[in-house]
Amino acid sequence: MSASTEPRHEPARRIQYAFTDEQEQFRAALRRFLTDKSPTTEVRRLMATAEGYDPAVWRQLSDELALPGVHIAEKYGGAGFGMVELCIVTEELGRALLCAPYFSTAVLAANAILNAGSETQKKSLLPDLASGKRLAALAITEINGNWDPSAIELTATPEGGGYRLNGTKSYVVDGQVANLLVVAARLPASDERLAIFTLDASWPGVERRLLDSMDPTRKIARIDFRGARADLLGSVDGGARAIARTMDQAAIALANEMMGGAQVMLDSAVAYSKMRVQFGRPIGSFQAIKHKLADMLLDVELGKSAAYYAAQTAATEDREWPAMASLAKAAATETYLRTALDCIQLHGGIGFTWDNDTHLWFKRAKSSEAFLGDANYHRELLMQRWGV
Amino acid sequence: MSNVSEAEVRAEVRAWLQEHWDPQMPLVEWRNLLADSGWGMPQWPKEWYGRDLPVGLVRAVEEEFAALGAVGAARTGVRLLAAATLLEHASDFIKKKFLRRIVTGEDNWCQLFSEPGSGSDLAGATTRADFDGANWIVNGQKVWTTSAHHADYGILLARTDWDAPKHDGLSFFVIAIRQPGVDVQPLKQMNGHASFNQVFFSDAMIPPEHLVGRVNEGWKVAVTTLAHERRGADGMAPPVKRGGREGRIYVEERAELEIANEPYRWYPQRAGRTDLVIERAKETGANTDPVIRQEIAKLMILSKSAEWTARRARAAQRQGRPQGPEGSLGKLAASHVARAAARVHTMITGAEAMLTGKQSPREGIIAEILVSVPAVSIAGGTDEIQRNIIAERVLELPKEPRFDIGPFRNVRRN
Ligand SMILES: Cc1cc2nc3c(=O)[nH]c(=O)nc-3n(C[C@H](O)[C@H](O)[C@H](O)COP(=O)(O)OP(=O)(O)OC[C@H]3O[C@@H](n4cnc5c(N)ncnc54)[C@H](O)[C@@H]3O)c2cc1C
Repeated sequence: MSASTEPRHEPARRIQYAFTDEQEQFRAALRRFLTDKSPTTEVRRLMATAEGYDPAVWRQLSDELALPGVHIAEKYGGAGFGMVELCIVTEELGRALLCAPYFSTAVLAANAILNAGSETQKKSLLPDLASGKRLAALAITEINGNWDPSAIELTATPEGGGYRLNGTKSYVVDGQVANLLVVAARLPASDERLAIFTLDASWPGVERRLLDSMDPTRKIARIDFRGARADLLGSVDGGARAIARTMDQAAIALANEMMGGAQVMLDSAVAYSKMRVQFGRPIGSFQAIKHKLADMLLDVELGKSAAYYAAQTAATEDREWPAMASLAKAAATETYLRTALDCIQLHGGIGFTWDNDTHLWFKRAKSSEAFLGDANYHRELLMQRWGV
Repeated sequence: MSNVSEAEVRAEVRAWLQEHWDPQMPLVEWRNLLADSGWGMPQWPKEWYGRDLPVGLVRAVEEEFAALGAVGAARTGVRLLAAATLLEHASDFIKKKFLRRIVTGEDNWCQLFSEPGSGSDLAGATTRADFDGANWIVNGQKVWTTSAHHADYGILLARTDWDAPKHDGLSFFVIAIRQPGVDVQPLKQMNGHASFNQVFFSDAMIPPEHLVGRVNEGWKVAVTTLAHERRGADGMAPPVKRGGREGRIYVEERAELEIANEPYRWYPQRAGRTDLVIERAKETGANTDPVIRQEIAKLMILSKSAEWTARRARAAQRQGRPQGPEGSLGKLAASHVARAAARVHTMITGAEAMLTGKQSPREGIIAEILVSVPAVSIAGGTDEIQRNIIAERVLELPKEPRFDIGPFRNVRRN
């Protein structure tokens, strides 16, 4: 199906613990598409390129499935669904390990624009993102690697009607291919408030460098801004809140993406355990293996429950949703990594080879561990958000 | 009645309660009304004191009862476990004789499965039942039998054929506890309570009508009980609090619960009391310790995720979807939560975790958590057995080699 031809849904007002039939159909269609377009042979081909994605597949997932705008309102050119559908998409992408600038464009940049932009800016910026015409990246974190917005140092100095950006952003997902950059910056010393700015990546004063990322399926860049001209997104007053909202939404989308990957690791471990024979019997008949797999299943189901619940709270604007973002990210971080490690272990020597696919997901688990803040960081945030 | 909406059910039960609920009524008389109307156990079949209501709508009924403070069917102990088993396998004679009195709370029940020689391996039971031409005569011993000291009846698994393979020589009975051939001895637990017992049978009698299912087909019946038991770990409704309500029925209900709940007073503690963790951290100042904050967060993430997993299972069931893996994980998840909670409570409590009794934190509740949690991963099927079940039934991994085949007489045992 195409998301844009489905009937519109009123945002659910209550937390749902089961996906609707429409959501399940959407997931199934998406999974078919991804099985076809993102086999690991393709993942391996694309991860070795500098751009890191296939423009033809990107066009298809934009034109046929309307994925980049799945959560963007129709008046801004999107499909009009919400956070739950966005998270279904990221879960499936995480499962297929699709190499594409989706998380950067749809999850990070588009949400930042939705959260911070004025009505006019949303109308001018979002349709091109929703249609997949333009790629965008969100630059928040700097060389210090601190995901807390309080650590932002890059400055935005007012000049004429606009601003000039000075400083360096790092760990910018898909920063090297983005056409549009969305940048969190701090006003000069007399003010120090945070705000979000947009600029075209091709404008003068922007210098981008692709970093060697351990997870080659997720490209990251360092970007120097030397007096680059940029436009303020929305108002300065709303900046800090918009950044926080965007980061929390991203944490939830990432948690779902991670659980998609964790499920693959579990399924792969189970399948291999049924097939591999040692001592005259399948290794899956050894209790040490069975019990480990049962624990992995429990772990994955618990992590999925947290990720799904967090998406529901965000979709319904539940009071608890920022706390749930941290909860889900912390849970997914531990689970994905543990499941990937166990999957390697259950494969024995072959699990440590380059040719075996397990390490592709393991590396995604690793990069996701630090991305947007690690488990310790989010557990502490959870405690603060719960008022402990 | 399977296509009714929640709103219709609520309206119907509300109207019924408006007409019939009377807090001055004697408890048993009221519960007989519940049995007649089916509102006490609405998910049961219509012909057996229920209303054939889909399980997903039961909560709505309970909420309507709670809103009025209306007393529900008796739910303590293993009565509902016994009832679920009898509903599925027993003769009409047994259903007629026992189900109503289960709803009214007039009879208490216990589960006579585990033996000194066979706990995880329940099918290895060696308590024997021999037919003497008129009755079944029972000899042997059961152990860890919760609430046997309050019980009127028990569901019993006993061996009736020693030459058949292990699982094919068992029969399932309802046995009267209060008879000369049954001797119930309390067994003191590591937490000081004695909620379980040893039960000795010497020529105890069971009339032939009290056989559940067919002779030597008792294992199938026991499997139903065990399945309900595992599911119960994530399906328990929170107890209704009715403090301060007045009326004869409440006085009688309190008196009933005083006895029936006596063996279960420590059960909330064995689950780990995650509800106390944040309060305790604040009251002790442990909430300022960054390491303890991390541990609290880990625990709460686990406990919340377990709760949502159970809700996912229930929601899928309500939508009529096939049960996913999430439905089989509740018991194992509960063990993890309880253990993690005991660890965190200890960290928060510090040196005072060495104390016990009324003088210790929260009047002994914290100490009771610490010494009760080890039961969770044993009672109702150990963690290891849960993992075996999950691995074989959910993940469909190959079975382990077996050593207990052939006539039971020749199988190695304790
Ligand atoms: C508080 C409490 C209340 C109880 N109430 C009741 C009751 O009301 N009625 C009743 O009938 N029983 C009751 N029980 C008994 C309970 O069901 C048994 O204790 C439990 O099933 C374990 O059996 P066991 O004690 O014989 O241990 P065993 O079966 O001897 O197990 C010993 C150890 O070996 C492990 N083990 C055994 N088999 C395997 C295997 N195949 N693979 C891997 N590991 C294995 C176990 O996990 C355990 O760690 C209660 C127990 C407790 C603690």
